[in-house]
Amino acid sequence: MEKIEGGRLRVALAGNANVGKSVIFNQLTGLHQHVGNWPGKTVERAEGSLSFGGYTIDVVDLPGIYSLSTYSIEELISREYIAVERPDVLINVVDASVLERNLFFTLQLLELEPRMVVALNQVDLAESKGIHVDAVKLSELLEVPVVPTVATKNIGLQELMRKVIEVARGEWKHPAPIRYGSEVEGRIEALTEAVRGVETPYPPRWVAIKLLEGDDEIKRIVYRLKPSVEEVVERLKREIEEIHGHDAASVIASERYAVASRIAAEASVHRVPRRTLADRLDEATSHPVLGYVFMAAVVLAVFYAIFTFGDYTSGLIGEGFEALRAIYEGCFGSGPVAAFVWDGLVEGIIAGVTIALPYIVPFYVALSVLEDSGYLARIAFLMDSAMHKIGLHGKGFIPMMLGFGCNVPACLGCRIMETERERLICAFVASLIPCAARSIVIMGLVAEYVGFEWAIALYLIDFVLIFALGRLAFKVVPGEPMGLIMEMPAYRRPTLRVTASRTWFKLKDFVNTAFPIMIAGNLVIQLASLVGLLDLVQGALSPVTVGWLGLPAAAGVTLIFGVLRKELTLILLAALLGTSNFALVLTPTQMFIFAFVVMIYVPCIATIAVLVKEFGYKRAAIISLTEIGLAVALGGILLRILTLLGFG
Amino acid sequence: MSALSSDSVEEYLEAIYTFNERGEPAKNVELARRLRVSPPSVTQMIKRLAAEGLVEYEPYKGATLTGRGMALAQKVVRKHRLLERFLHDFLGLRQDRVHEEACKLEHSLSDEAAAALCKALDSPETCPDDGNPIPPCTLDVEDCAQCAEAREREGESFRLLTQLSNLKPGEEGVVAFIRGGTTACQRLLDMGLTCGTRVRVVNAAPFRGPIEIAVRGSTLALGRRLAGHVFVEIEDDSTAHRRIHPHGPHHGRERRGWRR
Repeated sequence: MEKIEGGRLRVALAGNANVGKSVIFNQLTGLHQHVGNWPGKTVERAEGSLSFGGYTIDVVDLPGIYSLSTYSIEELISREYIAVERPDVLINVVDASVLERNLFFTLQLLELEPRMVVALNQVDLAESKGIHVDAVKLSELLEVPVVPTVATKNIGLQELMRKVIEVARGEWKHPAPIRYGSEVEGRIEALTEAVRGVETPYPPRWVAIKLLEGDDEIKRIVYRLKPSVEEVVERLKREIEEIHGHDAASVIASERYAVASRIAAEASVHRVPRRTLADRLDEATSHPVLGYVFMAAVVLAVFYAIFTFGDYTSGLIGEGFEALRAIYEGCFGSGPVAAFVWDGLVEGIIAGVTIALPYIVPFYVALSVLEDSGYLARIAFLMDSAMHKIGLHGKGFIPMMLGFGCNVPACLGCRIMETERERLICAFVASLIPCAARSIVIMGLVAEYVGFEWAIALYLIDFVLIFALGRLAFKVVPGEPMGLIMEMPAYRRPTLRVTASRTWFKLKDFVNTAFPIMIAGNLVIQLASLVGLLDLVQGALSPVTVGWLGLPAAAGVTLIFGVLRKELTLILLAALLGTSNFALVLTPTQMFIFAFVVMIYVPCIATIAVLVKEFGYKRAAIISLTEIGLAVALGGILLRILTLLGFG
Repeated sequence: MSALSSDSVEEYLEAIYTFNERGEPAKNVELARRLRVSPPSVTQMIKRLAAEGLVEYEPYKGATLTGRGMALAQKVVRKHRLLERFLHDFLGLRQDRVHEEACKLEHSLSDEAAAALCKALDSPETCPDDGNPIPPCTLDVEDCAQCAEAREREGESFRLLTQLSNLKPGEEGVVAFIRGGTTACQRLLDMGLTCGTRVRVVNAAPFRGPIEIAVRGSTLALGRRLAGHVFVEIEDDSTAHRRIHPHGPHHGRERRGWRR
């Protein structure tokens, strides 16, 4: 990589979570970025580019992680990227206020032997905590350039890029990976020799260390290529364990931390800090009583803000489209072809624009602010115990809460969970939360015509179901359940720039993936309706809808259209039955069962689109089908129970 | 510290433990009934234990063990329940007789002998009379095969260890080992909880929620169960408990770290 072709550089940002990595990314790339997923993963991949010093620099923002083990997909992605894609320069973003823990990761990065620059970020926060870090000293100790930065104020980033270019040009010599204590070091060296001939994308010394740490992924790669290594590894591990009395992985971690600790101590000076506003806020917001009061206020405020904004904007846009339709009909008439073009093609876009967007935009803004400010961590801390009851940890509370408004942001919010397993459980549970549209049906039908207490009963049944299914999913979804391990970042002021750009790019990504599904789904149903397929389907469904669930035949079509928007079921039902006074045409039991089925069966198309985007077609289908099966099965059982109890 | 090793202190800690393990504080009247002493002498003893940093006492609510008190209580309760098992399973004593007998023997049993007894009994999990769990072994072992060797290292009297989850806000401990080789434990190491690291509990969420700890200059939230995998040594430093404030988390919250 001595010569840089065409003046183009590839740079990756790596570092712990909460160190301001994405702020640096945003400051560097501005609007020239793209947010997507890593191939086949629900891990966000942000890429962008900038021009600096005559170079075009492509930047990849790697996920925020604490180690290069195989704890999470993020860690695997990061280490593979660094080793296989070999970026020209790696920028390690380090939080100056938590230097020791951050250096533990820096030392691991150095073992991958990249060309590296350290961005010593949040030096202002460190100073306020009474910590002064000497960047020059740190640079000497690590043998890589260290640039102090305050990313939120755009301080030091020019200098950072200058160093990146110096390093890319080969003006800095390669830093040496750290040495361990002699007992461990000797064995690492012996193993490094043993694996030297083995073709992996990783440096041999790193491979040796990972083998001693018992890394499953590396073991698999190496043992397949050279099975004889296994015996050597096991012997060396045993020797280390005999000398130190602990397993090799923890001995290596301890020694690495000892080095990080020594470097941190040599490069920083500590004063007794003043109590800052952030400290006081931290105390109040994680207080066993006040904390919950504060949380309830914040959650309600966020909830209220998202849904009043959503409701208002959604109505406004809806009216706009209606006016547009009037104009359209004025031009093309309301004949069957014109109507089909509108219903089949435009209606799908309308559903997306009026239903999803008005809620998603404020949701993205709120989530970004909650996360950047550090408050999300406090909510997770306070809610952990309650969320454990349904097999999730504290962070899962956020998507659950959002689900009451709309399942779309709820399922998107599941990204805050660490593992794929937890994301999936969380999304499954969130898709069962009665959203605003379902509440319309429950309130408009059951509360209005059957009685308010029956509407409450429906909600209660749903909560019991969520609880039971959450626990069940917790048992059947493969993988190790994870307890809460989470950094409690110091409170920080979120920046408008980061929030705005993050919202914008995520929104773009959402529109790109979810809209085609919504438009296609709508088109399919409208087409089916046009060619009379729906009547056939209705006939085919009648054993279920009429026979098993005891509903009128018209319910079949209603339920199919309900996939588009659940509140549609009520409007459509009124149209098909010829009256909106449901008491005349439906028995109270029918209304109750109908509302129950609408509440549980299949998430709406927008939610399905999100599930596809987050988890792929297969799992989205499994979730949807499970919920249909559940709604039908339980609906029928419920009907029989009600009949037995003497409700007709 | 001499008073702390006395049998009666151990009896008190044991009694408080039996309440605390059910998730409730030990009320003075209930302690008096259980220990068959007068309520005023309980009050006096609780005051002393609080001054020694072994319990936190809240008027009208009762006493809960601090991490330090918990470590001591776990030692004696463990001996008690192991002895009960031995008396019942090996010697065939009647179930309603083992408790009293164990009460007398427990104070003279060394830590080393208790560990050996545990090994000989094939590490039982519950006591015979009321099925309560036996507090965990505090030796740094993966399984019982390493018991003898680990016993040898510790000597007659073991270090004072307890799980990190038992520490109260304000208390400190030094990580001794993490039990259970899961990925979560690897994660704990990555986050800096390596052996010999000092950790301080900063805050604890109610309803047995997570605890917040300060380690290596950073603040982490750990699920209570996860924190139960981490065994910390309570230092036998007579000044240590003075840092513990009886009224909870909001004192001594300054982020200390970087202790090199």
